[in-house]
Amino acid sequence: MTIPVLSVRNLEVEFLTRRSALRAINGVSFDIAKGEVLGVVGESGAGKSVTGLAVIGLIDPPGRIAGGEIYLSGTRIDHLPPEEIRRIRGKRIGMIFQDPLTSLNPLYRIGDQIVETIRTHMNLSETAARKRAIDLLAEVGIPAPEKRIDAYPHEFSGGMRQRVVIALAICAEPELIIADEPTTALDVSVQAQIISLIKRLGRDHGTAVMLVTHDMGVIAETSDRVAVMYSGRIAEIGPVQDVVQNPLHPYAKGLMGAIPTLAGEDKRLVQIPGSMPRLSAIPPGCSFNPRCAFAFDRCRVDRPEPLKHGSHAVACHLFDTAPNETVKETAA
Amino acid sequence: MLAFTLRRAIQAIGVMIAVGVIAFSMFRFAGDPVNQIVSLDTPAAEREAVRKSLGLDDPVPVQFARYFVNAAQFKFGVSYQFRQPVSNLLMERMPATLELAACATVFAMVFGILMGVYSALRRDTILTKFFQAVSLIGISLPTFLIGILLIYLFSVTLGWLPSFGRGDVVRIGWWTTGLLTLSGLKALIMPSITLGLFQMTLIMRLVRAEMLEVLRTDYIRFARARGLTTRAIHFGHALKNTLVPVITVAGLQFGSVIAFAIITETVFQWPGMGLLFVQAVQNVDIPIMAAYLLMVSLIFVTINLIVDILYTVVDPRLRSTISRPA
Repeated sequence: MTIPVLSVRNLEVEFLTRRSALRAINGVSFDIAKGEVLGVVGESGAGKSVTGLAVIGLIDPPGRIAGGEIYLSGTRIDHLPPEEIRRIRGKRIGMIFQDPLTSLNPLYRIGDQIVETIRTHMNLSETAARKRAIDLLAEVGIPAPEKRIDAYPHEFSGGMRQRVVIALAICAEPELIIADEPTTALDVSVQAQIISLIKRLGRDHGTAVMLVTHDMGVIAETSDRVAVMYSGRIAEIGPVQDVVQNPLHPYAKGLMGAIPTLAGEDKRLVQIPGSMPRLSAIPPGCSFNPRCAFAFDRCRVDRPEPLKHGSHAVACHLFDTAPNETVKETAA
Repeated sequence: MLAFTLRRAIQAIGVMIAVGVIAFSMFRFAGDPVNQIVSLDTPAAEREAVRKSLGLDDPVPVQFARYFVNAAQFKFGVSYQFRQPVSNLLMERMPATLELAACATVFAMVFGILMGVYSALRRDTILTKFFQAVSLIGISLPTFLIGILLIYLFSVTLGWLPSFGRGDVVRIGWWTTGLLTLSGLKALIMPSITLGLFQMTLIMRLVRAEMLEVLRTDYIRFARARGLTTRAIHFGHALKNTLVPVITVAGLQFGSVIAFAIITETVFQWPGMGLLFVQAVQNVDIPIMAAYLLMVSLIFVTINLIVDILYTVVDPRLRSTISRPA
């Protein structure tokens, strides 16, 4: 079996407050293979973005990685000294943030920002880096890149800026791209373009992509596999087709039921009652139990681990058919 | 860009005309100028002759027009106390004040920015707490007190630095400079610190606050995600963004440094325009006061104009908003 590009094992992230440590991520494990797109969905505050930031080593104090391991192509990277993780950022892991309007420094030409990043990670001359920057801009679909390279960020539209951000994320041929809600701040018409761009780049370069979003449509369109997060844990993970069409976890079911369809009959969208618990008040047992229609006694005391169930892995006692086989590794 | 500069220049001229009206009206509201010139026992006929020779019997608008045309050519009349043209007096005193103001501003900028950046990047060190304490002193102590304390320490107790005057000066054309002699440089130290301390603390606090703000922005987070070195992020990206508002404040402060120089120049008996102005106030020497008012406003207006233009040089976003005004 080939080594996955990204392998996260039992990741725990906590934020230290004056009174206590709040667990934002609690035992998250997943793999992303070469060329694979893993979609990560969940409500706001489920820990999607924090997981992404933890992988790239950008959790700022008072937050910290409290446990678990992160491997990039087999090398452990979660305990590296700051200077070494800095060398990995941008070179081996590229990151795309949510808001392209604020991701670029307004005072520098976009070309300067790209050249600066290229020259930080690759041993290229100024001219070679500039040529590469123009190629990159062309690749992400910026028209007349040799002219636009000397433009300032405010001279681009939101969608074009996100393309520049993507060019910056891929400029050193990273093995992994973490896209943190890359389309949330964009117009719907532009969203599709950006999504297909990310998909194409992943395919062309064999880059693994971790796509964080709360848009199920985006996930269904791009991802190979999907992880549904709830309250700092993975509720369900599996191939995107299976999870979307046949979700097992009651929360995933609720999430899929809440997607409106154009062809759908005139029925009300299903809501999940209640809201996600705050980090300081996560209930014992399964953290979803107060909102779950199927909760039984065991759910209120015993915390479910993700167990393999067909092509999925699901953390729910309803599907606990083989209690001893705890699945940490899920097949792609 | 050119249209913008022109528009600002026209606004500046408007401001100068308004200041001119105020300066001119000082002559009319501070008593009869003839009384200031002649002695008590001058006969009435002679007074009338003086009045006529000075053109004071003309209608007010004519007098104002004449004053304004003269002022535009830097002719401000004759000082009552020195019996010399005011412009000569000002020209003689200006190098001292400008040199002092420039030194104070450089001192304030260099130390203010260094201390501000340091205390933003190393938030919890002892040195940062020390800087904070110094800035509190600089903000709260009045200028004259700092000057007197410095004189007490370095002139009276230690005897290292002169307590008054400019030291030896070198004449280059009409400009006199104290920057080329040792005694001139030594004489500059304490007045510059006294004058610049307030601005320094102001700049330090501004830089610190702006820098902390900038470090929290998305583009700094993205710069870190791109794997840039900490040095490139702090001094390339963060500092440049921090300096945009600092330029404005520092520029405007240069104007008030010149205006505030009055107090520092009095404390150190610095032979500059400020000292001249204080003497003029004591002797009701209106031509000097009016000319000083015009000079200071001219400096302020010029600096404002330069700051506006500099702003667009640093921040590309302003260039495009300026080229197509709303």
